[in-house]
Amino acid sequence: MTARAQKCNRYYAVSMNPAPRLHVVTGKGGTGKTTLAAALALSFAQAGAETLLLEVEGRAGLAPLFGRGDLPYQEVEIAKNLWGMSVDPREALLEYIEMYYKAGAAGRALAKFGVIDFATTIAPGLRDVLLTGKAYEATRRRPGNKSGSTFEGPWVYDAVVMDAPPTGRIGKFLDINAQLASLAKVGPIRKQAESISELMHSGMTTVHMVTLPEEMPIQESLEAITELRGLGIQVGHVFVNQMQEEKEFGTFSDPIDSTVATALRTEVDRYRKRVTRQQEQLKLLKDFDVIEIAHMGEEISFEILEFIATGLREA
Amino acid sequence: MIRELLNDPETRVILCCGSGGVGKTTTAAAIALKAAEQGRKTVVLTIDPARRLAQALGLNELSFEPHAVKDVSNLYAMQLDMKRTFDEIVLAHADAKRARTILENPFYKSLSSSFAGTQEYMAMEKLGQLLASNEWDLIVVDTPPSRSALDFLDAPARLGSFLDGRLIKFLTTPAKAGGWALTRILNSGIQLFASTVSKILGGEFLADISAFVAALDSVFGGFRKRADETYKLLKAPGSAFIVVAIPERDPIREAEFFIERLISEGMPLAGVIVNRVSPTLAPLTIAASKELSKSASPELAAALELHMENLRVKSNEDRLIKAIKCPALLRIEDAGADISDLAGLRSINLSGNSL
Repeated sequence: MTARAQKCNRYYAVSMNPAPRLHVVTGKGGTGKTTLAAALALSFAQAGAETLLLEVEGRAGLAPLFGRGDLPYQEVEIAKNLWGMSVDPREALLEYIEMYYKAGAAGRALAKFGVIDFATTIAPGLRDVLLTGKAYEATRRRPGNKSGSTFEGPWVYDAVVMDAPPTGRIGKFLDINAQLASLAKVGPIRKQAESISELMHSGMTTVHMVTLPEEMPIQESLEAITELRGLGIQVGHVFVNQMQEEKEFGTFSDPIDSTVATALRTEVDRYRKRVTRQQEQLKLLKDFDVIEIAHMGEEISFEILEFIATGLREA
Repeated sequence: MIRELLNDPETRVILCCGSGGVGKTTTAAAIALKAAEQGRKTVVLTIDPARRLAQALGLNELSFEPHAVKDVSNLYAMQLDMKRTFDEIVLAHADAKRARTILENPFYKSLSSSFAGTQEYMAMEKLGQLLASNEWDLIVVDTPPSRSALDFLDAPARLGSFLDGRLIKFLTTPAKAGGWALTRILNSGIQLFASTVSKILGGEFLADISAFVAALDSVFGGFRKRADETYKLLKAPGSAFIVVAIPERDPIREAEFFIERLISEGMPLAGVIVNRVSPTLAPLTIAASKELSKSASPELAAALELHMENLRVKSNEDRLIKAIKCPALLRIEDAGADISDLAGLRSINLSGNSL
């Protein structure tokens, strides 16, 4: 067998039976998408996997969870086995230009004329190619070869977790090729988009949804799942965040002040109704791989994050 | 706060703003309903209503013009379609041929449907149109679910500065035309730019962009002027901003940023509405609850446990809410379920206590 055929065969084996390694986390705003992305990445890292956590929307939501002011546009170690980075489309485009054209001057000229801003804010799909491009490169990176074009050796990262745009935009974001089709018809960006698209549609990529046990976020998740499946993109877990614990309440008849007793019964009643509603909403997700996350009742800190991550490992 | 606003016949525009998922649309609809029931001809402009609320307002995918809400006189509702609003502006400002060039350009398609800020810009445009029509006693606007509440104020400027920017000037100014002192350095920069863009994205990219920008340029003069005028209207007496939040850290932080910003821009801030506040709890402190549980039955002890947890949540909420600095504040209790009909909107107590 020639070396080349060997490479192809190995590639074939990888593409036929790949474990998901790129984990895209999405959810409606306010559901805890960033927290879950961080907890998932931390759970992989705790299990010993070299993990990269990517932020693509510049919200600086991840950094405080790891006790940092911000995340730079380069991979930095934020916990044991865990690396983090904030992907900035402007930086990515400049890096791209330098990498492919060894033309730092061109990049500076482009910046001067506002073309970097232009390209990264308006050109349809270009911004998303740049943002997902980093995830693509990191997911396929091999030691000693940054572009990931050889098939030798293990992966640099066992898992890449992306805190992705919200459910409303996720389909468009991942279906890079369709977006770019009307624009860049040829050229390296187009080629890159095709490669990214292939990865996104392969078994190596899985999209996890984050939702709350409430009507609107669940509805939005279901719509996003339908959209993603329609695009041929694999959907992984549905994380239902802020689940209220099911508690047993009996009727009490202790001799206490009647106003207090009535008010306490109202509180119990309200809680019960809330849990009932939550269960009704969960039924809508019965066909999916649901992981429930308990309501934490306090602000998310690194300790809380570790707690959720440990729970995820056991789930 | 709301009562005073609605009792003042000068109030013509109410804008509800805040981060996503805090109940802006519901709040806007409830305010509009109340105004209509007081006899004012009111229109509520929504951006992306939840399905069942949209149904309650009689909205469907095609409701891009104000239409009467069933069973409520004086109340009208409409949805914003940003692409359509953008198309209308282009059609109004360009001749037929030029308009076609713009509408068919791939960059336009992207700008009109996905550029961050277009939605905000178009909401302003629509508001301007509604005001100009002089048909309404009151217009209630539900601002777009921006990533950050501040986008609403910044987007028009951002879109404007982009379309006025150096790149656009360069692309629309023929190289030989005067005005541009093309030094050698600048010139080589341009060539480098053109060749790099062509290499990375293909030659057509540059042709498309030039065509688009040239065509849009003629439209944009009028476009920007309109946006400036609408922006001024927001500052004028008769406009009022209501910041909507829920008692959680991030939405409250967003609300605080927004309040500061409105004040520094001289925008008329009417107050803050905090939705989903914990309801009134049993009159029993944590200490008293602990004391009582010592001799309580297991059932009562469980209820007290829940009560103490509720007290902790509520005191956290109170702490967050008290930190908000604003002229007026209205707390709306958690209804326990999504509001999705007119009866639900009516049940929202908008005349509750301020502060």
